[in-house]
Formats: sequence, structure tokens, C-alpha cells
Amino acid sequence: MRTLEQTTREVLDLAAKHFQLPAGSLAPEDDFFKKLGIDSLQTLEMLSRLENHFGIELPDYEVQGVSDFKTLAERIQSRL
Amino acid sequence: MKSFKGKTLRWEWREGCIELTLDHEPANEIGTAMLEELEIFAGGFGTLAPETSACIISSARKSVFSAGGDLRELYHHAMSIPEGERLKGIRRFLERIHAVMNAIDATPFVTIAAVHGACFGGGLELALACDIIVADKMARFAFPELRLGFIPGFGGVPRLKRDLGNAVVRDLLFTGRTLNASRAHALGLVAQLAGEGEALRVARSTATQVSKYDPVARAAAKEFMKPVPHEELREEIDIFCELFTRPEVMAALKKFVEDSGPMPYLP
Repeated sequence: MRTLEQTTREVLDLAAKHFQLPAGSLAPEDDFFKKLGIDSLQTLEMLSRLENHFGIELPDYEVQGVSDFKTLAERIQSRL
Repeated sequence: MKSFKGKTLRWEWREGCIELTLDHEPANEIGTAMLEELEIFAGGFGTLAPETSACIISSARKSVFSAGGDLRELYHHAMSIPEGERLKGIRRFLERIHAVMNAIDATPFVTIAAVHGACFGGGLELALACDIIVADKMARFAFPELRLGFIPGFGGVPRLKRDLGNAVVRDLLFTGRTLNASRAHALGLVAQLAGEGEALRVARSTATQVSKYDPVARAAAKEFMKPVPHEELREEIDIFCELFTRPEVMAALKKFVEDSGPMPYLP
């Protein structure tokens, strides 16, 4: 079972890779909409990538209003 | 007509397979322009059917198969005409799109939706009219219509019910949530899962396999296995029209059209 710290790290690494950013350039408290400047379709792509990576289903309404990686990782952790 | 290039889509017939490519900015929304070209497409089935074994429907747009009905056009058109005439206009549009979907649904050849990215609302309804859905593992499916105060109107509910358990249909409709490709595959909505960027290649391979079998047996099997739910489809149009006349719908459409947030499909 992953710890929340591990999950958070994997979320950050995955986001950095997906958006082609240098490793370690994202922080748990970052607002990903502001930091990544993503639109609705990119948000869905990221959701798919997270679900595929963690092997979970994360309904959109559970991450609605979530804008930082730390809270996103917590939502994922609750589904692991 | 063995090839066509319109403003919203194009198709080409080659060696017994029709490839229809949706290509309408920004997200293959199905409005009047795409409907007119889909009508031309469906109008050619009679001529092409005897020499066609398969048809693949895919998208040229990045990250999206189709975002569904053109809600911006729907809203602006509805606002431009007197309230009393709105219902007549929307019913006419639905009758026309249903005729296209029913024609795709009932072709004697095999229809394959090669889906990548977002496949929402009317886009999912188009995919559901096909016999086989091949999905890229990054594809997502949703029926977000209830957020606007109506139900899917292009034949989605009867066709989803035809293929899946009613419990799944209720979950998708009542939550409006998006479903990833793996889950859609596990539920039986998606027939074949493809790797990222591979849906069209897998669909072409499937079309080649399909072409090896006897066309008469194939058409008979399809008619037997996949009856078009005409009665429920008629009922769907009536329910949609009944819901559409409510002021809540125009308010929701206005909110959607003006929303520039990252998840406008989900209120």
C-alpha cells in the first residue's frame, strides 16, 4: 500500500512527464490549473493518465474544485 | 459518392471500407453543419452497401472524438427565435439526427467507432450507433446532459440500454461523470481497447478481419443481434422536447455557454 507521500510524488512525476516539465519542477501545493495552464480536455487527459497509472476510477465530481496536487493525491489515496 | 470532403467531416471508400473522419473545430460538436454532412454520408449507404464490408468513424481532432451536440449553436439559435417556435425547431433537428443515427445503426455492413479522447453526449450517441467501439486507453465517455436539464437526445439512452445494464446507464446519466476506457471496456461498452494513438489502426485491422466473412450472413447476424429500438427512440424525442421547453434549460445552456472553467461539462 502506497503512503500519501508516495502517491503525491507519483502524481507530481506523472504531471511533469505528461506536460513535459523538468522533474521536480512541481510542488504539492501548486495550483495545477495556474501552473500548467490546462484546459478542460487536458484536464480529462490528466485524469485518464492518473486513473490508468493507479488502476483506479476517480469520478470527476470527486476532484471538482480541487486545484492543488496535494488534495488531488489525497482523493486518489482514498480510492487505493 | 466514394469520397467527400466537407466543412466538418470527410470520407473515403477504399477496398470495401468507408473511413469517415470527423474534423470540425474545436471539438467535433454536432450542430447543423455536421448534421447536413452526416445526412449526405448516410444518403450514400444505399449505393455503397453492396460493395462495402465495414465503415470506420474516427476523429481528426486532437484529444476528442466528439464533445457532442453543439450547445452553443443550440443556445444562440434558441435565443434568436420566438419562444413559441423553439420546440418546433428542436424537434425537427432531433428527427433529422435520429434518421442519420438509425441509418448508421442499421447498415448491412459493420460499423466501427475508433474513439480517442473525449466522447461525450452526442459523440457517444454516434459511437453507440456503431456495431463495435474500439477505444484508445485515454478515451473518456460521458452523458452530461442532465446538468442542462434534459436527457441525451440523439438516441443515446435506448442504445446504451440495448448494450449495457440499466444500473450502469443510471450511474452515467444521474452523475454525468466521465468513464475511462478501461472501465468502459470492463462494462462492455468498449469492445476493444487500444494503446495510446492506436485506435484507428486497431479499427482498420478489425475492418480487414470483418471483410473476410460472407456479407449475407453478416447482415443477417447484425439484424438479429442489434435491432434498432425504434419505439424507445421516438419516446426519447418526446421526452427531450417536453424537458427542453422549461426555462431552467435555457438558464443552464446560458451558464454552459458562458463558462470558461476547466470542467464546464460538469456543474
